[in-house]
Amino acid sequence: MYFIRRLLFAVPLLLVISALAFALVHLAPGGPFDRERAPASPEIERNLQAAYHLDEPLWKQYLRYFGLVWQMDADGHWRHAPASFDVSYKYRNQRVSDIIAQALPVSMTLGALAFGFAMGIGLPLGFFTAARRGHWEDYAGSFLAVLVVCVPAFVVAPLLILVFAIKWNLLPVALWESPMHVILPVVALGLFFAGKVARLMREGMLNAMQTEFVTAARAKGMGENALLLKHAVRMAVLPVVSFSGPMLADLLTGSFVIENIFQIPGIGVFFINSSLNADYMMTVDLALLYAVLLIGLNLVVDFAYTLLDPRVKYE
Amino acid sequence: MSEPSRHISPGQRARQRFKKNRPAVCAAWFLGFLLLALIAWPVILKISGAAFAQAHDPDQLSDAQFSPPSAQHWFGTDLHGRDLFSRVLFGAQISLLVGVVGAGVSLVIGVLWGAVAGYVGGRVDAILMRIVDVLYSLPSVIFVIVLITTLGELLKQSHFIRNSPALQGGLRVTLLFVGLGAVSWLTMARIVRGQVLSLRTRAFVEASRALGGGPVRILARHIIPNIFGVVITYLALTMPAIILYESFLSYLGLGVQAPMASWGTLISDGVANINPIRIYWWLIAFPGGVLVATLLALNFLGDGLRDAWDVKGRN
Repeated sequence: MYFIRRLLFAVPLLLVISALAFALVHLAPGGPFDRERAPASPEIERNLQAAYHLDEPLWKQYLRYFGLVWQMDADGHWRHAPASFDVSYKYRNQRVSDIIAQALPVSMTLGALAFGFAMGIGLPLGFFTAARRGHWEDYAGSFLAVLVVCVPAFVVAPLLILVFAIKWNLLPVALWESPMHVILPVVALGLFFAGKVARLMREGMLNAMQTEFVTAARAKGMGENALLLKHAVRMAVLPVVSFSGPMLADLLTGSFVIENIFQIPGIGVFFINSSLNADYMMTVDLALLYAVLLIGLNLVVDFAYTLLDPRVKYE
Repeated sequence: MSEPSRHISPGQRARQRFKKNRPAVCAAWFLGFLLLALIAWPVILKISGAAFAQAHDPDQLSDAQFSPPSAQHWFGTDLHGRDLFSRVLFGAQISLLVGVVGAGVSLVIGVLWGAVAGYVGGRVDAILMRIVDVLYSLPSVIFVIVLITTLGELLKQSHFIRNSPALQGGLRVTLLFVGLGAVSWLTMARIVRGQVLSLRTRAFVEASRALGGGPVRILARHIIPNIFGVVITYLALTMPAIILYESFLSYLGLGVQAPMASWGTLISDGVANINPIRIYWWLIAFPGGVLVATLLALNFLGDGLRDAWDVKGRN
């Protein structure tokens, strides 16, 4: 019941987000045709504006975005005007949905693999450092985890390329073709999140080890390894689980830096370029795409919570 | 009063715990040295001989392009033969300033927002936190880009600023403060709200209310001082995030503009000069190294503060 209500609540939330994004992009100075090659005459510019309905009041453009505008045509019939959410001012012979359909799967593949990488490295590292708390392994591992959180992706990626692609010639420098091409971008993208996950996991483990149920299990004579693996882990992953919602939303919508450096045809580049180019509809579309992913994933995360932690009940 | 009081305040207890945390203390020393260096360096340039000042002027072009680190240029020189050591130290001013002021902006907005939502409660709380939810679901890059371009355009139109390039440079940095602060206060607001919600029902707050304390007095005298530990901790962890974000914006070309430099612009200059034939490693290694070291120090400082103030979970 709770989740159905949350799902219903997401609809007005998305409407508000779309309206806000819509207002924001129109608020920014300069229009989509400011940087055209031929600035032409004011008349042409006016025609362009009219063709894309940019001369209409903002509320009407917003309604048009969803296709909620009816117009009277020459014969006096009311006609439904086509929705404008699919229009890109920058890529005029393509629809936004086509661009997304082309670029999103690439970014999603990359993001999902980076997610797997981050979890695969971060969870064991966090567990290990917590289990060896206070020993040198803990210091080394924890330091490594903070380190990767502190290095920007646009430093990691060139360094990886320098070492693995140029010096040792093991992997391709860029592009998105064979499985070999996937490795470097996945690592470059995933390292930061691996560090985050490791830190969250370590902290979760340390907190779990102080709880009463772990003390009780220990008092009953349970071995330390079984204790950590069976009881502590289940509670320790909870912070990681709640972080994984926003993390996945971030990863699946691509990364400008990684896609730019490795020349990957993903969606992350469009997030930046569309708002820089005043490509209004595309910006709003992408904002909505991100919001849908984020809200949906957070819902999944909260549902997973109820499975992992029997104490959590949503009313 | 013959016996010395054994009671210590929470602040004193925190300081004692902090002093025992060796990484955090080292981090504090490092940051102190960095601060000292970036303040002292311009003074040294002023009082030293003309030749020294000439060689180390961060904006002075010379023929010594891409010279590797040497006794004269400790960090080498860049594409235009400028002394990299000097540029890193002057870049530190901008990067740290952006971090401090951006975190300050997020502190003011976040604490006020969270405190009002948590303290007033009811419908006000619901509305304020829904706004936070909406802003959370909006991709922050879009928000920052629109904010920076809009404000920049608005301010540029006043002829007061148009006539002075120095003011324009300052303007861009100010816009960065506002933009970065504006997207980083959300988590702070959530944390503060949670804290205030639990503090509001405590006995000493009830007592103050019973004695006739108004909401402003209760917030200022009882609530805000009690969330000090959480806030200062989170502030130390926000700063590295903002510095990292600034470097990302500089990589996009939206950050600080030449001739001003931040660590972000220095690193992206270095990345731009990577090619397989000649590797000017010092162009990435030194600015990147100082950036990473600073972020590490801030993270260790934040962790130390959190342990010292005994701040549990984030929400």
